[in-house]
Amino acid sequence: MIMDLIEKHPILEFKHGKKVKFTFDGNEMEGYEGEPIAAALHANGVRIYRVTPVKEQTRGFFCAIGKCSSCFMVVDGVPNVRTCVTPLKTGMRVETQRGKGVIAMDAE
Amino acid sequence: MNEKEKLFNSGVLVETRKGAVEPPVDLWQNKKNGLVIIECPQRIPCNPCHTSCPTGAVKPFRDINDQPEIDYEKCTGCARCVAVCPGLACFVVDLTWGDEDTALMKLPYEMLPVPEEGKSVDCLNRVGEPISRGKVVKVLEPMHDRTMVVHVEVPRSKVMEIRTIRVVR
Amino acid sequence: MKGLRQTEVLVIGGGPAGLSASLEAASLGCQVTLVDSDLALGGQLIKQTHKFFGSKDERAGTRGFKISEILLEELDGYKDRVKVHMNCTATGFYREDGVVSCVIGEDEYFRIKPGKIVMATGAQERLLPFPNNHLPGVYGAGAVQTLMNVYGVAPGKRVLMVGAGNIGLIVSYQLMQAGVEIAGIVEAMDRVGGYWVHAAKVRRMGVPIYLRHTIKEALGDRVIAGAMIQEIDDKFQPVGKEIQVDADIICMAVGLTPTCELLWQAGCEMVFVPQLCGHVAQRDLFMRTSHPDIWVAGDAAGIEEASAAMVEGRIAGVGVARSLGKGDSSEHSKRLEEYRRRLADLRGGEVGQKICQGLECCTVNEWGV
Ligand SMILES: Cc1cc2nc3c(=O)[nH]c(=O)nc-3n(C[C@H](O)[C@H](O)[C@H](O)COP(=O)(O)OP(=O)(O)OC[C@H]3O[C@@H](n4cnc5c(N)ncnc54)[C@H](O)[C@@H]3O)c2cc1C
Ligand code: SF4
Ligand code: SF4
Ligand code: FES
Repeated sequence: MIMDLIEKHPILEFKHGKKVKFTFDGNEMEGYEGEPIAAALHANGVRIYRVTPVKEQTRGFFCAIGKCSSCFMVVDGVPNVRTCVTPLKTGMRVETQRGKGVIAMDAE
Repeated sequence: MNEKEKLFNSGVLVETRKGAVEPPVDLWQNKKNGLVIIECPQRIPCNPCHTSCPTGAVKPFRDINDQPEIDYEKCTGCARCVAVCPGLACFVVDLTWGDEDTALMKLPYEMLPVPEEGKSVDCLNRVGEPISRGKVVKVLEPMHDRTMVVHVEVPRSKVMEIRTIRVVR
Repeated sequence: MKGLRQTEVLVIGGGPAGLSASLEAASLGCQVTLVDSDLALGGQLIKQTHKFFGSKDERAGTRGFKISEILLEELDGYKDRVKVHMNCTATGFYREDGVVSCVIGEDEYFRIKPGKIVMATGAQERLLPFPNNHLPGVYGAGAVQTLMNVYGVAPGKRVLMVGAGNIGLIVSYQLMQAGVEIAGIVEAMDRVGGYWVHAAKVRRMGVPIYLRHTIKEALGDRVIAGAMIQEIDDKFQPVGKEIQVDADIICMAVGLTPTCELLWQAGCEMVFVPQLCGHVAQRDLFMRTSHPDIWVAGDAAGIEEASAAMVEGRIAGVGVARSLGKGDSSEHSKRLEEYRRRLADLRGGEVGQKICQGLECCTVNEWGV
């Protein structure tokens, strides 16, 4: 269930797209297709997106425009995805990133 | 910095100054539909109060940064400036409304819930303290742009303090 | 060369500056490619629900997101001349051949060789150093706006705003419109930095503004639970007692700085101009940088306002068209004159004076050859 959505606004009307399902650390969640992954997570009450490599500090959203790297997560197995500017797609597997993440190398 | 200055520097008008003056009382008392009160004391690049006033009551700006100056003789209390001012700095006060203890204020409003006609609301002063109750007379959306102009009946003695309303649930 | 795209004009950034530059260049007959890293065009404008200042020419009294809609409609009229790529970031400028690399999403790269470039990359937010400023819940003002005004997600329940410039004041007001409570606004200076009328709007709704206060530390373990704030003296040293504020969001609105990485990469002559909030490119009256093929406009050329950004974009658009020989020169001069008049008007106030001082430090009349 989606929480934390602004239902009534004095100025704006929100036109959301299609509702899709995705998972966060294995839990199923709903969000709107095409909206940033980070916004969908936030609406579901998720605040912690990654844990830093050395000090193991929690990080979440910060700039929302793809410039600060605070929101890096593992998406469909790919680490360091800027979830604040990456559109949500149905069935996406989103995971908290712990540390630097490992880039899968194609066997050559 | 004394207390007055401190308040003013945080966005609270404490005494009249250029761009924030009171209408002349003699004219005001008998002016049906009311007169405008503008509280815009800083030079900023903005002039819709002037460009939108249908009667020329907000005098022409020599420079777009000027503070508004008002020709009260020309003001009809139409509240168009209340609806367009991006700073929500224009208010109309009609002292001829009701009996001698009441007045009508036309206030800009951009929050939810939208007040309902006939209902009672909290009237807030410049620092947000509820200082009296008021009765909503009319709710208009003159420019069809979601800025409401709310007509509220208030105690006449409070018109220089009340600057917004809050809907009480 | 394989995979190398061409365009007459590349506009980087689709905020008010970039959109205006694209429109102006297209109206004079240029072929334009516009790239923007966001999922929608409009830059900062799409997040602004309040009515803008300025004059009628810059659509004063119109809400920010409406201004963006108007610009996009105008852009629609130039479909044949302006090609738009969204979710597309310009990542590098290669000085040796003038090629720009771009990435769509996270992994689809392409290279493009433009004749002329307009850099309209806008600004990025500053942060303050304080303990725990890394915790989730410390959000940039832009992020808060994006969440609530673009995607309709409430950023939190109770917000402490840091900074009483226009952004801090306006975002506080917008948060209240979204039904979020404001615990208070902290400001280090002895007066609000933004327009007084914006402060008056939030004050009359009961929001305290703590002048001469700063945030000492954020509280919380894994996410934000509150903050300690404290009064400061003339030398910004903490004095007096600490106040604990409950909040689940600390919103940082302590200023912006121009986004200028690509300008550095291109070797444009840069100067640090405090009045323009950071390093900016030297430019001539047409907004051309020291690099003969690169123009700047908007916040990337110095932090100002959307009104000025739009006019600067128009000027840069005339500039590129002129250098490409598009449109006739009397038309160029006529437009330039009109736009310069509008800029002068916009910059006549208190805030404008500061901008003008800053511009004096980075404007040349003409680049020597
Ligand atoms: C809360 C707030 C309130 C404001 N209120 C007002 C107001 O009342 N009146 C007013 O005139 N102004 C106001 N402004 C200021 C105004 O929004 C900005 O000055 C204006 O948007 C600057 O325009 P721009 O085009 O230079 O930059 P932006 O609007 O920031 O646009 C830059 C664009 O470039 C894109 N970009 C950046 N880097 C790249 C890259 N490498 N590749 C591709 N794309 C890139 C970004 O995604 C963005 O879309 C306000 C700003 C804020 C934050
Ligand atoms: S109330 Fe009407 S007449 Fe009076 S200043 Fe405002 S717009 Fe002009
Ligand atoms: S329109 Fe409002 S904010 Fe603008 S100058 Fe007039 S009174 Fe001031
Ligand atoms: S929040 Fe800054 S890059 Fe995503």
